[in-house]
Amino acid sequence: MREGVVSAALLGALLAFGLGAWALGEVFFVNLAARVACVALAGAGLNLALGFGGMVSFGHAAFFGLGGYAAGIAATHAFDGGAFAGVLPGTTSMPVVWLAAMLAAGLAALPIGLISLRTQGVYFIMITLAFAQMIFYFAISFPAYGGEDGLPIYLRSELPLVDASDPLDFFLVSFALLVAVLLGCRTVLAARFGAALALARLNPVRLATAGIAPLPVLLAAFVASAMIAGLAGALFAELNGFVSPAMLSWHRSGEIMVIVILGGVGRLAGPVAGAMLFVALETVIGGWTQYWQGWLGLILLGVVLFARGGLIGALAGPVRHG
Amino acid sequence: MSALLLEQLLNGVQLGLSLFLMAAGLTLVFGVMGLINLAHGALYMTGAFVCAWTGALTGSFWVGLGAGVLAAAAAGAVIELLVIRRLYDRDHLDQVLATFALILIFSEAARAVFGAAPLWLDVPPALAGSVALPGGAAYPVYRLAIIAAGLAVAAGLYLLIQRTRLGMRIRAGEADREMVGALGVDIATLYTVIFALGAGLAGLAGAMIGPLQSVQVGMGEPVLILAFVVIVIGGIGSIRGALFGAVLVGLVDTLGRVFLPAAFALVLEPSAAAGMGAALASMLIYVMMAAILAVRPQGLFPADA
Repeated sequence: MREGVVSAALLGALLAFGLGAWALGEVFFVNLAARVACVALAGAGLNLALGFGGMVSFGHAAFFGLGGYAAGIAATHAFDGGAFAGVLPGTTSMPVVWLAAMLAAGLAALPIGLISLRTQGVYFIMITLAFAQMIFYFAISFPAYGGEDGLPIYLRSELPLVDASDPLDFFLVSFALLVAVLLGCRTVLAARFGAALALARLNPVRLATAGIAPLPVLLAAFVASAMIAGLAGALFAELNGFVSPAMLSWHRSGEIMVIVILGGVGRLAGPVAGAMLFVALETVIGGWTQYWQGWLGLILLGVVLFARGGLIGALAGPVRHG
Repeated sequence: MSALLLEQLLNGVQLGLSLFLMAAGLTLVFGVMGLINLAHGALYMTGAFVCAWTGALTGSFWVGLGAGVLAAAAAGAVIELLVIRRLYDRDHLDQVLATFALILIFSEAARAVFGAAPLWLDVPPALAGSVALPGGAAYPVYRLAIIAAGLAVAAGLYLLIQRTRLGMRIRAGEADREMVGALGVDIATLYTVIFALGAGLAGLAGAMIGPLQSVQVGMGEPVLILAFVVIVIGGIGSIRGALFGAVLVGLVDTLGRVFLPAAFALVLEPSAAAGMGAALASMLIYVMMAAILAVRPQGLFPADA
């Protein structure tokens, strides 16, 4: 199976890059590898909804950012001894932070998905965008957690046996989560749920005729996708030591989408390829010119117009069925 | 209180009609060509920048206004010819990505050409004063002029679409594009004209907003998203829905920002009320949109009804 080989090679390359940078003492590049892992994880989340479920969500920054804020708020209260909403104390335990980030994103995705899935096509794109904007503006104008200025994270969260403030350990933790999520997605997509999700995307009427209501299937995929994005957001915030409304902005939604597309829609390792390409472009072109986003736009335009299938499509050929 | 209310009502209508200029182009392009165009905000920005720059160069706002509208329409025609027409047969995802790419290119190009510092534009002398409202408050003439321009464009669009040959073709294109092509209409040119028309309206909205706020890179994006909310509420493809949705969004947003903090102040302590009120006011139109879509997923005036 060629795609499996390409996926494993991509993940191996990322791991080798991180370890190699560490061996050479290049902390900047270790952090860059961690950034790729976080961004790829967010893309993997969106890919579940967009690639496998056919739900073109233009609002995944909301879930990414909510995860980031969950991490930021947990760290803030662990620092100042306060409590979120008066009841939830802060924590520096990594698994608890991850769980909180996934719950925050999932709980937001449930009503958003329920309302958005009533609509289709261009309406779905716009309503997910609007919900993300709603959360973005709330974060900007609500003063308790930094408002427009964002929230610094003073305390790195901890995991037994791991020193998460060490760049290499943090990269390895992010990488392990990325691999775990990709493997989890592969298992779920190969199961009955994956078949139902594919049919919900291709022909919901036929799925309904087969006795499976499409809405719960799509909603479950949407919520799971948001939870993965939330987890990615928590890691990303912790990596930067900072969370701000920019993580919730619609530009970020666009970037996550770009990562999925550059890599290849509906390909398991697509977001990994997309994230590597995106961060590489950001670093390389950003080093040449301050107008790197304009070049990114030109490249993206070229990919959309002329090179469909993304990087994985180019490396592993079209999707194989059966 | 009533003077404040009247003033804010007018502000809301003014915001709404500015949004209508944006939304009209978006909804027309979607209705006829089935294209979702994120780069519409970039055309708005183009209009604003060219107006501010030409206005400063010539010393005349009116020359700037004309140049802004023409530049936006020309930019629209160019991107239609180069990029957009390859997207009509693609799915919405490709359209979103390609037009997102156009935003990145336009923003960086504007930053490279005009610099990162915002430009400012003076209110033209003919519209500089203010008029007394009943109740005693003074209201800027310029904002009234925007309202008048918005209403005039709405009326003009109505006449164009209902009473002219071009309008007939636009309506026919909405109903059945293949058939229009089969009847001998040059559909490719028609699409370019419609796209440039929408772009020109966005440019007009951008050029007119120059004297009210700073002209800077990224100014088109908040307006674009508001215009999306407008056309989703109004029903995508419907000009009438766009007008109705635009005024509704303008009023709800403006009045919410003024009166929600005041309403919270009745039950909460002042600082908490200000924070809570401001936060909820900025979300209000999205809540409204979600509520409307939950009840009517096709918007208030579905185009194909």
